[in-house]
Amino acid sequence: MSFLKSREAILTGAIVALLALVATRYGAFIRPANLAAVFNDTSPLIILALGQMVVILTRCIDLSVAANLALTGMVCAMLNVAMPGLPIGVILVVALALGAALGAINGLLVWKLDIPPIVVTLGTMTIFRGVIFLLSDGQWVNSHEMSASFTGFARHVILGLPVLSWIAILVALVMLVVMTRTPMGRALYAVGGNPHAAVYTGINVGRSQFIAFVISGMLAGLCGYLWIARYAVAYVDIAGGFELDVVAACVIGGISIAGGIGTVGGAILGALFLGIIKNALPVVDISPFWQLAISGAAIIIAVLFNARADRTKGRVILKSAEVTQ
Amino acid sequence: MSMADHRPRSIPDQLTTPLARALKSWESLLLVVAIGIFILNSFASPYFLNAWSLSDATFNFTEKAMIAFAMALLIVAGEIDLSVASIIALASTAMGVALQLGAGTPVLVLVGLGTGLLCGAFNGVLVTRFGLPSIVVTIGTMSLFRGISYIILGDGAFRGYPADFAWFGQGYVFWVISVEFVIFALLAVVYGVVLHKTNFGRAVYAVGNNATAALFSGIRVGRVKMILFLLTGLMSGLAAICLTSRLGSTRPSIGTGMELEVVTMVVLGGVNILGGSGSIPGVVIAAFVMGLVTFGLGLLNVPGIVMSIFIGLLLIGVIALPRLWAKLRRA
Amino acid sequence: MKDGAHWGAIPRAVPFFRPAGGGIMQAMTNSPASGETPVLALDQIVKEFPGVRALDGVQLALYPGEVTALIGENGAGKSTIVKILTGIYQPDGGDIRLDGAPVRFPTAQAAADAGVTAIHQETVLFDELSVAENIFLGHAPKGKFGLIDTARMKREARAILDGIGASMDVDVRLRDLGIASKHLVAISRALSIEARVVIMDEPTAALSQKEIEELYELVDQLKAQGKAILFISHKFDEIFRIADRYTVFRDGQFVAAGKMAEIDEAQLVQMMVGRAVDQIFPKRAARIGDEVLKVVGYSHPTEFEDINFSLKRGEILGFYGLVGAGRSEFMQSLIGITKPSKGVARVAGDIRVIRSPADAIDAGIVYVPEDRGKQGAITTMPIFQNVTLPSLGKTSKNGFIRLAEEFALAREYTQRLDLRAASLDTPVGSLSGGNQQKVVIAKWLATQPKVIILDEPTKGIDIGSKAAVHDFMSELAGQGLSVIMVSSEIPEILGMSDRVIVMREGRMVAELAGDDLTPETLVRHAAGIGSKGEAA
Repeated sequence: MSFLKSREAILTGAIVALLALVATRYGAFIRPANLAAVFNDTSPLIILALGQMVVILTRCIDLSVAANLALTGMVCAMLNVAMPGLPIGVILVVALALGAALGAINGLLVWKLDIPPIVVTLGTMTIFRGVIFLLSDGQWVNSHEMSASFTGFARHVILGLPVLSWIAILVALVMLVVMTRTPMGRALYAVGGNPHAAVYTGINVGRSQFIAFVISGMLAGLCGYLWIARYAVAYVDIAGGFELDVVAACVIGGISIAGGIGTVGGAILGALFLGIIKNALPVVDISPFWQLAISGAAIIIAVLFNARADRTKGRVILKSAEVTQ
Repeated sequence: MSMADHRPRSIPDQLTTPLARALKSWESLLLVVAIGIFILNSFASPYFLNAWSLSDATFNFTEKAMIAFAMALLIVAGEIDLSVASIIALASTAMGVALQLGAGTPVLVLVGLGTGLLCGAFNGVLVTRFGLPSIVVTIGTMSLFRGISYIILGDGAFRGYPADFAWFGQGYVFWVISVEFVIFALLAVVYGVVLHKTNFGRAVYAVGNNATAALFSGIRVGRVKMILFLLTGLMSGLAAICLTSRLGSTRPSIGTGMELEVVTMVVLGGVNILGGSGSIPGVVIAAFVMGLVTFGLGLLNVPGIVMSIFIGLLLIGVIALPRLWAKLRRA
Repeated sequence: MKDGAHWGAIPRAVPFFRPAGGGIMQAMTNSPASGETPVLALDQIVKEFPGVRALDGVQLALYPGEVTALIGENGAGKSTIVKILTGIYQPDGGDIRLDGAPVRFPTAQAAADAGVTAIHQETVLFDELSVAENIFLGHAPKGKFGLIDTARMKREARAILDGIGASMDVDVRLRDLGIASKHLVAISRALSIEARVVIMDEPTAALSQKEIEELYELVDQLKAQGKAILFISHKFDEIFRIADRYTVFRDGQFVAAGKMAEIDEAQLVQMMVGRAVDQIFPKRAARIGDEVLKVVGYSHPTEFEDINFSLKRGEILGFYGLVGAGRSEFMQSLIGITKPSKGVARVAGDIRVIRSPADAIDAGIVYVPEDRGKQGAITTMPIFQNVTLPSLGKTSKNGFIRLAEEFALAREYTQRLDLRAASLDTPVGSLSGGNQQKVVIAKWLATQPKVIILDEPTKGIDIGSKAAVHDFMSELAGQGLSVIMVSSEIPEILGMSDRVIVMREGRMVAELAGDDLTPETLVRHAAGIGSKGEAA
C-alpha cells in the first residue's frame, strides 16, 4: 500500500503514461526489441545516476562525472591503441581504478579541506577535460585504431541483451545490496539525513562523503570505458554536459538535494524517464534540440515537487491540534 | 565580580586603521600577484607592452567581470547562479529573433537586457518564493535557458547584426579605451559603492552572514535575494549584448562554460563561496589577474582548453590553500 | 514593592542545601544506599565554556534498577552533564567511575560501548530509515559476506518492540510515525545496545497523557531489568510517579541528592529555585502608565491559542511556562516571523498588521530572541554593524551609509549597556555571552521602541552580566518602556515582573500578580499540577 504512494510508483506511472503517449504516435516504439535498445542506450545514464545518488544522499554533488568519464575513456582508448593485446579484464580494472582515483581527489578536498562540493567538482570538471587535451594532444582516437575486442565487448549480446545493459543491471543490483544491506549504505543515508545525529551514532560524516565520491568516480570510470567502446571514438568533448542529465535523473528520481532521501529504484526510474524522452523525441518528430530544455524543465519541476513532498510538519504544541492533524 | 563599577566606559571605534587593514588584506596580496603577472607577461612576449595589445587583453575579462560583480553580491548573500552563461545564450538568441523581426539596435539592447532580467526573475522567484536551493534551481535553468536557445536555433546561427550594434563589443570610446572596458569600469564603481557604501550593501552582508538574524533584525531577506537574482540576470543580459556584438553572431553554444570563469573570478577576488564576506575591489583585481593570465598564455600559444585547467586549479587552489595552511599551522 | 517580598517564605542558602565544601555531599550520596554501589558515579565534574562555568564540581550517582531524577532550572547544567555522559563533551575536571573503575568517554561510540545510552528530547534519529534500521544503525546483526542480516534485524527489532508493548511495523519509515512512536523507537534503540545506563532527557515533553502512561510502564520494565536510569524532567507529578532518587542542580552546582521517599514537592521546588546568594534584583518604583499594547485572541493553528493581554507603559510583564509551552512561538508571531491564524494587536490604540519584523519595528515592537547565536546577533559581523542593522535608516542619507553616525549611534547605546569590548569593530562572536546579549539589546534600543520583548534574556550568561541586564531592564521600565520578559527562571520572573502570565501547552493558564505570585503557584500552573482538577 505504501508503494502506491511512493515516488517510485508515481514515476512508474509517469513512464507508462509516457510510453503510451509515444505509442499512439508510433506503435513500434514499445516493441520489446526497441525497449531493449532504449534501455541499452540509457545504461550509462543509469550507472552514473546511481553513483550521483550516493553523493547527493550525503548532501554533496558531483559535477565532474562526465569529465571523469571522458578522461577515463580516453586513457582506456589510448591504452588499447598502445597495447592492443591487453585483455578487457585489465581495461575494466584500469577504468574502475582510475575513475575511483579521480573521485577520491574530489572526496579528499571535500573531506579534509571542507571545500564546498560544488566548487570542488566545478573545478575538477574543467581540469579533467583539460588533462584529456594534454594527453591526447587534441587528437581523436577513432574506431579503426581500436581493437575489435575492445569495441566489441560492450556490444556483445548475451541472452538477447548487450553486455552494456547487463553491466547496468549488475551495477543496479550491487548498489541495491550496498545501499540497503550494508552498514556503509546505512551510514551514507544517516550522514545525509541527520549529520548531527550521525555523529552521535559514531559515524564519521566527512569519511562517508569521501566514500560517496569514490563510488561515484568509480562508476564514472566504468562508464568511460563502456562509452568509448560503444561509440568507438574518444575525444576531449565526449559526454559534454552529461553531468546535468545525471543530476536531472537523480532529481526526477526523487533524490533530495538536501540529502538523506532517495532510493536505487528512484535513480533508475529517473534515468529511464529521461532516456525514454530522449529516444522518443525523434520518432514523434520533435527535434532532438528539445532535449536540453526538457531535462532543465524536468529538474525544476522535480525539485518543486520534492519540496512540496518534503515539507515537514512543525512541532505541535497545542494538544487539540495534534489530535486533529 | 566588580559589578559595582557602573560608570560607562568608552570603547574605541576601531583599533586598526582602515589603511593598515587594507595592507594585510587578500586584495593587496592579489594586487601583488597581478603586478607580478604583468611583469612576467612583458618578459614573455615583446608584443605585450603595447597599448593596443593591452587593450585587447581587457576583452578577456570585461564581459565576465560584468556578471562577476552581480555574482559577487549574490554569493556574499549566500546564494549562487550557475545559469549565467545560459542566460547569455538565451538573451543573445532573443536578440537574434528580434533582429529577424526587423528590430534596430535600441530594441535589440532592450530585448537583451529584458531577457536577462526575466531569466533572473525566474531564478529569483523559484529560490525566494518556493524556498528551493539556488544551486539546483540554477543547474536546472542552466539546461532550460540554453535548451530554449537550441530549440529556436538548432545548429543554425543568427547573423547580420546592424553596423551600429557592433559599437558595444567592437567600439572604442577614446583611443584604445574600448566601450566594454568603460562599461566594466563604470559598473565596478557602481557595484563597489552599492556593496560597500549603502544600506542595501550592508543588508547583503547581513543576509549572507546569518539570514535568520537578519530577518529578525527587520531585513526583508527575500526581497534582498530577489533583487540580487534580478541584477545577476540583468548583467548577464548586458554581457550577452557585448558578446553578441563582439562576435557578430549568435549560436546556441555561445558563452558555454562561462559560469565557471565567473564563479572563479568571484572566488579569486576573495569572496567567501559560503557567503558573508568579499569585496568589489577584490573582484576587479581578480578580473585583471585572470585576463592577464589568459592573455599571457595566449601569447605563448597555449590552447584555450589548457587554460581551463589553470582556471580550475585556480578555483580550487584559492579556496584550498588558505585552509591547508591553517590546518598545517594547527598541526 | 517587589524586592524579596515573596522570598520570605523560602529559606535562603540553608546549609543543608548549599554546603560549603564537598564533605556533606559526599556523605549524602553514599549513605542512603545501604551497601548498594552505583553503576555510574560522577564526582567533582567541571565543565567550562568561554565566559561561563557550566558545571562547577557537580556529582551524580546512578544505581542499578533505580530511576534517578535530575532536577534543575534551565541553565542548571542538566544538558551539559548529559553530553558528558554520552561522550559529546569532555569534562575539564572531575572523574567518572563505571562499577568503581575510572573511565573516560572520548567519543559517542565509547560511551555507547560502555553501555551508556541516551534518549534525547529532540529525537536523534533518522527520518528516512526504517524502524528496524534506526534501532540497529551501527550495530546491525550481520550474516553472510558481512552483509546486514535483514531478516534477523527485523526479527530482533520486532522482539524488542514487542517487549516494550509497542506494536509497530518495523519496515515503516520513521518519518511516517508520530512523535510518541519515535520515542518508542529511540527507547528500543537504547535497549538494543544492551545499555546498562539509560538517560531520558525530558522524554514526556511532547507526549499525550496516554502515551506518558505507556512510557511509565516502560520505565518500570527497564528498572526490572536492572538498568540504571537517569530521568530528566520539569514535571513534578511524573518525577514523584517514577523516580526512586533525586539529584538537584542549580546554576551549574550540585545542590542535593537523596531518596524520593524522604522528600516532598515543596522541598524540591525550594531546592530547585533557591536563589543564589549574590543575586539581587533591582528595586524599582513602578510608575505604570497608559496601555501601550493590547493583544486580542492571538491564535496559531498548531502552536498557541487565544492569547489575550494588555501591556502598560513602564510595566514589566513576565511570561512563565515550561520549555515548549508556546511562549517563544507566540512572541515570534507577534513580531511577524510566523503568521497567526487570527488575532489583533493594537499599539497605542491603533490596529497594526504585522507581517514581518520590519513591520514590527515600525510599530515599535522589538524582540530579543532566546537563541542569541542564530537569531539575535550576526556573530561574524562587527559590534557597530550589529547595533545599527535595524536602524540603518537613521544613520544613512538617501540609502548611503554614514560611518561616523553609525559609530556614534553604536557608541551611545553600547555605553548605556556598559558593554565590555576591545573596540566597536570586533566581531560579536568574540565576546562573552553576557556582552553579546548587551549588543543585541543595544541594537533594539537604538530603534527607540515602545515595547521590548526579551526572550530568556539571561540564559547562559554569567551572574555579573545577569545583574547588569536586570538593572538595565528596570531602568528602561523606569523610563517608560514596556517590557515583556519570557523566562523559565523563577527567581528572575518573580524578581523582575509586575505581573506574570503563565502558559501551558500553547494556552494562557493563569495571570498572576501581587500575593498570588509565588514560586509554588507558578510551578503548579506551569506544570498543571491538579489544584483545579484539570490536569493535562
